[in-house]
Amino acid sequence: MNLEKVFFAFFIVLSLTLNFGFFVGELDNPDHHNVYELFAALVVSLIATVMKFGDRAHIGAVLLATSLVADLQLIAAVIVWGIFVYAIDTGLTPMVMASIVSLSGGALLANIISVVILVTETVMFRR
Amino acid sequence: MHNLMYLLLRRMRAPLIVVILAYAVSTLGLVLIPGMDDQGNPWRMDFFHAFYFVSFMGSTIGFGEIPYPFTDAQRLWTTIAMYTTVLAWLYAIGAMFTLIQDRAFRNLVSYSGFTRSVRGIREPFYLVCGLGDAGRLLVRELAARGIRSVVIELNQGKLDALQLEDLSIYVPGMCADASTAASLTAAGLKSPYCAAVIAITDSDHINLTIAITSKLLSPELQVICRAETHDAQANMASFGTDSIVNPYDTFADRFAMMFQSPSMYLVYEWLTSIRDAPLRDFVAPPKGKWVLCGFGRFGKAVQKSLSFEGIRTVIIESDIAGTLAPEGTIEGRGTEAITLYEADIDNAVGIIAGTDDDSNNLSIIITALDLNKDLFTVARQNRSRNDAVFAAANIDLVMQPGTITGRRIVNQITNPLLTNFLRLARQQNDEWANILVSRVVGILDDRPPESWTLVVGHSQTSAIIEATAKGCPISLGMICTDPRDLTECLPCVPLLLKRQHDDFLVPANDTIMQPGDQLLFCGRKGAETHMRWSANDFNALNFICSGVDRPSGSLWRWLSKHEPGNKMA
Repeated sequence: MNLEKVFFAFFIVLSLTLNFGFFVGELDNPDHHNVYELFAALVVSLIATVMKFGDRAHIGAVLLATSLVADLQLIAAVIVWGIFVYAIDTGLTPMVMASIVSLSGGALLANIISVVILVTETVMFRR
Repeated sequence: MHNLMYLLLRRMRAPLIVVILAYAVSTLGLVLIPGMDDQGNPWRMDFFHAFYFVSFMGSTIGFGEIPYPFTDAQRLWTTIAMYTTVLAWLYAIGAMFTLIQDRAFRNLVSYSGFTRSVRGIREPFYLVCGLGDAGRLLVRELAARGIRSVVIELNQGKLDALQLEDLSIYVPGMCADASTAASLTAAGLKSPYCAAVIAITDSDHINLTIAITSKLLSPELQVICRAETHDAQANMASFGTDSIVNPYDTFADRFAMMFQSPSMYLVYEWLTSIRDAPLRDFVAPPKGKWVLCGFGRFGKAVQKSLSFEGIRTVIIESDIAGTLAPEGTIEGRGTEAITLYEADIDNAVGIIAGTDDDSNNLSIIITALDLNKDLFTVARQNRSRNDAVFAAANIDLVMQPGTITGRRIVNQITNPLLTNFLRLARQQNDEWANILVSRVVGILDDRPPESWTLVVGHSQTSAIIEATAKGCPISLGMICTDPRDLTECLPCVPLLLKRQHDDFLVPANDTIMQPGDQLLFCGRKGAETHMRWSANDFNALNFICSGVDRPSGSLWRWLSKHEPGNKMA
């Protein structure tokens, strides 16, 4: 058992599940989307990215790329949240919420790709 | 560069995760802990404010308790968070500095910088292995002529010294064992721009390894080697090393030439000397009995050449059995008067101090001069850092293996025709050499002549090609005319004409030049510039041919078309 692989798989799957938890619900209803879940998803996704730093294998590089995409989407979602709620003071209108959730949806897609690659790799290297 | 990024990122994994976790936990804690606004109403920090607060707290900027003064519970958490985030940052920054200071990392940084600059070279360059006296001279001379080189050297101190030298061209250097294929490849062995590998380390064995590695990895590449023993020389030659320089044999050959034909020696010395070196007064060594101290590689080569010239030598050697010295050899170092007396120094005409120890050589010379002040002195100087002492000792002839090797290779690279010329000149007699020397002396000031090569072709002599195509053949005499004053000749002497596979020594002035000809000249400094001018500038050449200053513009050319005596227009 490779402890590094366990940790990475843990973080990448956790990032997917948290993101999924944030994403599900009515798209523009702020009550269906928990801010803590978004925060946790971002932190876990960042850790998953850092864990792929310096991985020279081809699959490692692809995983780094997909988790970077997820980070980017989540950071964008967080920034949109911050700008509309604090800087412009529009509050969480359905329009704002919809764009935050759709950004996290993009991150979710990236997370899914990461997990698919991870599963593929695991299957390929089964001995 | 890729390696560097990967190493940096891999080593920074743990510190970065610690920083992310510290921030996440601190931010989350501040969001969860209930607070109070300025009116005393319950208020909770949201993620935005919490992250803002943690950001300035973690970086120790500390704007204060924003937006409302904290409750005690918040302060308690902030105290914990303060230490956590600051420690996390210290750990991350510390890890980064440790990595940068790391020897392996720094080696990687300099290695990747080296390979990058080698890859960036887009012109022919020479791969020099070994930065001893010969290597340094070679790199310096190549740089002075605008030729790129790349250096591999085992001793970092020598590389640092090279970087401190004021070379006009950047010379990338790598501290590595030149005999490994990996370092040779990193230094551009397989690069299409690599012109030759030059193996001039101090060890014959390493030179041999470099030569064989280069020949196997890039068979087409030219390999120039230094060898100090005949054994290594034969071994290198066996697998096709293009050129092998043995400094001892070279010197012995020159030394013998001093006896045989002083003029020939002068020709050699002038043409192979380094630019701007002062022209030394030549003193012919006396024929008679010589004392030779040291019968190593140097002593053997000199003794062989001297006996070929019919000059008797008395050998002094401390290790008679180990050097296989001939019978009649006197045992000793030669630094003591008693050994020198035994060698009959009173009746000798010259002394050669040829041991591999510079101090001993100086001691031999000084002791011998004390006993017989009329001696002709020859000393072997092994290290160039002893230059000042050897100069002060006022020795008639100093032999520096490094300088000899370096000079030969520089000439071979920058002036291949010179090697042909010297080889052919060696077969000529003393009278021929005397005539050449008197011709060259006639054009010189107090500096040794410069030598240069002119290749008749579009790139170097476009005017000659154009004139020839127009039916106006250009002779050697024309190109040697001063383009500023037709009655004067440029201070230069044509030495060699190479036409296809034939070499013609000292071609006559009425020789007609043909495309593809290669000409070797020697002459006073500055003559080359004027010659290249008339070879390239059609108007200047036309002026030399016809004595008429040809109009350069189309209109004036058309106007003067019907004037007689201007057949080239």
